[in-house]
Amino acid sequence: MSGTNFMTLSFSSRSENEAFARVAVAAFISQLDPTIEELNDLKTVVSEAVTNSIIHGYDSDPEGIVTIEASIDGDTVSITVIDKGNGIEDLELARQPLYTSKPELERSGMGFTIMENFMDRFEVTSSQEHGTRISMMKRIESKKALYN
Amino acid sequence: MSLQVELEHYRNVLIVRLRGELDHHTADTVKLKMEEAILRGSSDHVILSLKELVFMDSSGLGVILGRYKLLKSRGGKMVVCDVNASVYRLLELSGLFKILTIHDDERMALSSLEVVS
Repeated sequence: MSGTNFMTLSFSSRSENEAFARVAVAAFISQLDPTIEELNDLKTVVSEAVTNSIIHGYDSDPEGIVTIEASIDGDTVSITVIDKGNGIEDLELARQPLYTSKPELERSGMGFTIMENFMDRFEVTSSQEHGTRISMMKRIESKKALYN
Repeated sequence: MSLQVELEHYRNVLIVRLRGELDHHTADTVKLKMEEAILRGSSDHVILSLKELVFMDSSGLGVILGRYKLLKSRGGKMVVCDVNASVYRLLELSGLFKILTIHDDERMALSSLEVVS
């Protein structure tokens, strides 16, 4: 496979779409023959990012739109999750393990920590005007073994 | 796939079996069913049996932590059993193993609770 393969997905910010989003991304990535563990890691980070957009970006308003861009370049998967919602006021604070701005909703405050741990690269940009954009990258090791 | 919650009372223990996917969307169901069973029933302790839980994210951690706090305030314990590798990693990463004990299966979990009760 040469060049970059990509896909884009936009959907309403409804919680029932969380499962749809992670399954759709997993289906796209399965062409790299990831291990079950790698696939599960990717499903988990998609779920975290999309849930953040719905709960925090859009305050659970179903009128919002969440967009996922995913691409495959060689053995590397890139996933970007974008919302046009509220934006994160204090990024440093938001990235602290166990910190949550919505304790009343029983959020564990572990979303960013999980994304950082499960992916090789993780970047978040956010502003009150434009919303939040989370970009993540992971190398799929099982495919790498075939290249060597 | 959604989430199914199966509840079983065994002596003073509530066994909660989760089947399917536990995320933000399904978290409320788990919360409500467990809360109701704990507050209404005569159960002191809870066993979270996760053999057929195929997916969980940080929303699941929030639900577990919330019910743990409720039980603790009533003097009860929560233990977890049949945890798959992915769920194990999440519990480990979040430090929940500092407050939850983990057992291989329901039988082991039950016997651990009967010793303490």
